[in-house]
Amino acid sequence: MMKLKKFIFCIAITSLLVFSLAFGVNAEPFKVAFIMPSTINDFAWSQSMYDALMTIQEQMGKEEFQFDYSESMFVVADAAAAIRDYASEGYDLVIAHGSQYGSSLVEIAPDFPNTSFAWGSTANVFTDQGIKNIFAYEPLAEQGGFVNGVLAAKLSRSGVFGVIGPIETGDAKHYTEGFKAGIESVNPEAQVNVTWIGSYSDVALASEAAQTHMDAGADVLTGTSQMVVGAIGVAQQRGAYWFGYDVDQSTLAPQHVVSSVDVVWAVALKPMIEMIKKGEMGGKIFTLNLENGGLKIVVNEEALVGKTIEDIIEGKIMLR
Amino acid sequence: MEVTIIIGIIKSAIRLATPYLYASIGETLGQLSGVLNLGVDGVMLMGAFVAFYTVTQTGSLFLGLLAAILVGAVFGLLIAFINVTLKAEQGISGIGVYIFGLGLSSLLFRVLIGTVQTINGFSPLHIPLISKIPIFGEIFFQQNILVYGAFLLVPFTWFIINKTPLGLSIRAVGQHPEAADSLGVNIVRIRYLTVIVGGMLSGIAGASLSIALLNVFQQNLTNGMGFIAVALVYFGAWRPISVLAGALLFSTVNAIQIWIQVQGVNIPSDFTLMLPYIVTIIVLTAMAKRRVRPPKALNKPFERGE
Repeated sequence: MMKLKKFIFCIAITSLLVFSLAFGVNAEPFKVAFIMPSTINDFAWSQSMYDALMTIQEQMGKEEFQFDYSESMFVVADAAAAIRDYASEGYDLVIAHGSQYGSSLVEIAPDFPNTSFAWGSTANVFTDQGIKNIFAYEPLAEQGGFVNGVLAAKLSRSGVFGVIGPIETGDAKHYTEGFKAGIESVNPEAQVNVTWIGSYSDVALASEAAQTHMDAGADVLTGTSQMVVGAIGVAQQRGAYWFGYDVDQSTLAPQHVVSSVDVVWAVALKPMIEMIKKGEMGGKIFTLNLENGGLKIVVNEEALVGKTIEDIIEGKIMLR
Repeated sequence: MEVTIIIGIIKSAIRLATPYLYASIGETLGQLSGVLNLGVDGVMLMGAFVAFYTVTQTGSLFLGLLAAILVGAVFGLLIAFINVTLKAEQGISGIGVYIFGLGLSSLLFRVLIGTVQTINGFSPLHIPLISKIPIFGEIFFQQNILVYGAFLLVPFTWFIINKTPLGLSIRAVGQHPEAADSLGVNIVRIRYLTVIVGGMLSGIAGASLSIALLNVFQQNLTNGMGFIAVALVYFGAWRPISVLAGALLFSTVNAIQIWIQVQGVNIPSDFTLMLPYIVTIIVLTAMAKRRVRPPKALNKPFERGE
C-alpha cells in the first residue's frame, strides 16, 4: 500500500514538473515595434529593415518573435508619439529607423527603463547623458559604395558617372564618397557628377536629374533613397547601368541594375535581441560592414552578361 | 555643345511642367467660379495610381488614361458636393481630400500591387515633318502625347474662358454670383462643372507622371506637386496663359539648377534647390505692381438671398 502511494506521489510530482516546464517554455514572444519615415515597400531604406525583421521572424518563428510597425512617420512629432505608445504597451524593442528620431529617443527612453530603443544610421547611444537603454546601428555605406564604384568604373565606356542623391547627409553622403573613391581607384580621369535633389521622395526630380546626367555623357548612374525609382526608369529607358543601395534593386530593371548593396540589418538586430534578452538594454553601437556580413554586394548576372548569353543562344554570335 | 545643353534644359523643363499645367489649369477653372480646392495633390495621386494599375491589368495606356479621368471626375464630384452643396470651409475640406487621396492611393497600391515596378508608358510621339526641324523640332515636337495635351490645353482653356458664353458664366459666378443668379445662371451647376473638370485634369496630371513621364508608381509619388500647382494659379492671376508662364518659369529654373549641379559648379546644392522658388517669388513681387484681384466670390459658398 505504501509503495503504491509513493508511486502515485512520484508520478504526480513528475507530471507537475513536466507541466511547469511546458509553461516555462511557452514564454512571451519577443516583441519589436518598428517606426519608419516611409513605407515597407519604398524599395530602399524602410523596406530593407522590414525585410530583416521578416527574416528574423521566419527564423525564430511567430511564437518567439513578433513585430508591429508604423509607416510614414516622417513628421518627428508623430513618430515620437508612436514610440511612446509602443513603449508603454510593453514592447521589448522599439526601432526608430531614421537619424531624425534621435532627440525624441533622448526624451522618451529614460521614461521606459525596461524597454530597449534602437536607431540609425548613427553612432550615438547617449551614454554621456546617462541613458542606458538606447542602441545604435550604422552601416559603413562607403564600403558598399566603393565596391559599386570599382565595378562601375570597369564597365563604363564614357568615363562619366552620375550620382542622384537625396540630401547630403548620413548614408547617402558616405555611400557617394565611397562610390567616387572606388571609381577613382580604377580610373583617376573619371568624371563623377553628383546632384542632390533635396528630397527622399521627389521621383519626378530624380528622373530629370538622371536625364540631365545622361545628357552630360554618363553611362552609369547610382543613388540612394526611395526616389531613385525615377532614375532607374531613365537608366532602363536610355540604356545606362544602375548601381543600387539598401535593397537588391535588380527586380525593377533586370537588364540594367548591375549590383546593389544589400544592407543586412539582421546582422545588428540578432545580437541586439540576444543582449536585450540577457538584460543589457542599450549602450552598444552595431556596425554593418562587408566583414561581418552587414553589407552584402548582390551582383545581377543578367545585367552583366544576360544580353551576351542571349545573343549566343539565338545565334546572333557565331563562335564555331 | 552649348546648343545641346540648351535643348536638354528646355526639354527637361517641358517635361517637368506638364503635370503642373494640367493640375493648375484645372484649379484655375474651379477658382474662377469661386471654389478653392486644396485637395489637388490627393486627386493627382489617385489618378496616378488608377492609371498605373489599369495599365498593369489591361496593357492599354488609353484605358489607363480614361481610368484616371474617371477617378478625377469622381473626386471632383465629391469635392463639389462638399464645397458647393454642403458649403464646407473650402480650405480645410481640400486638405481632407488631399489626405484621403494620399492614404487611399497608398493603401490600394499596397494591397493591389505591393512592390515597386515599372510599365511601358506613353513613349515620345514624333510629330511628322515638324519634329525634324533642327533644334525646335527636337525640343517641342518629340515629346509624348500627354505633354502635347498639357500645352494644347492652355489656348483651349483660354478660348473657353474668354470667348464663350460658358466662360462668361464661369467668370460671372466667380465675381458676382448674386448678379449671375438673378440673370438665370445656375451657380451650382457651373461650380459642379468646373470642379469636376478640374478633378479630371488633376487625374490626368497624375497619370502623366505614372504612365508617361516616370512609368512607375510609388507611395506619395507627387510629393506635394499639387500644392505648387495651386500656388501657380495665384501666380498666373487666374489667367491660363500666365499660369503657363509660371509653370514654365518654375520648371525651367528647376531644370537649370539640376544642370548646374551636374556640371559641378561650386554652389552648394542647398542653394540651387531653392532657386526655382526664389525666382518665382521675385518675379511675383516684381509683377505685384499691377494689382491682381482674385475672383470676388472665391472661397465663399453661395446662398441665395445673402
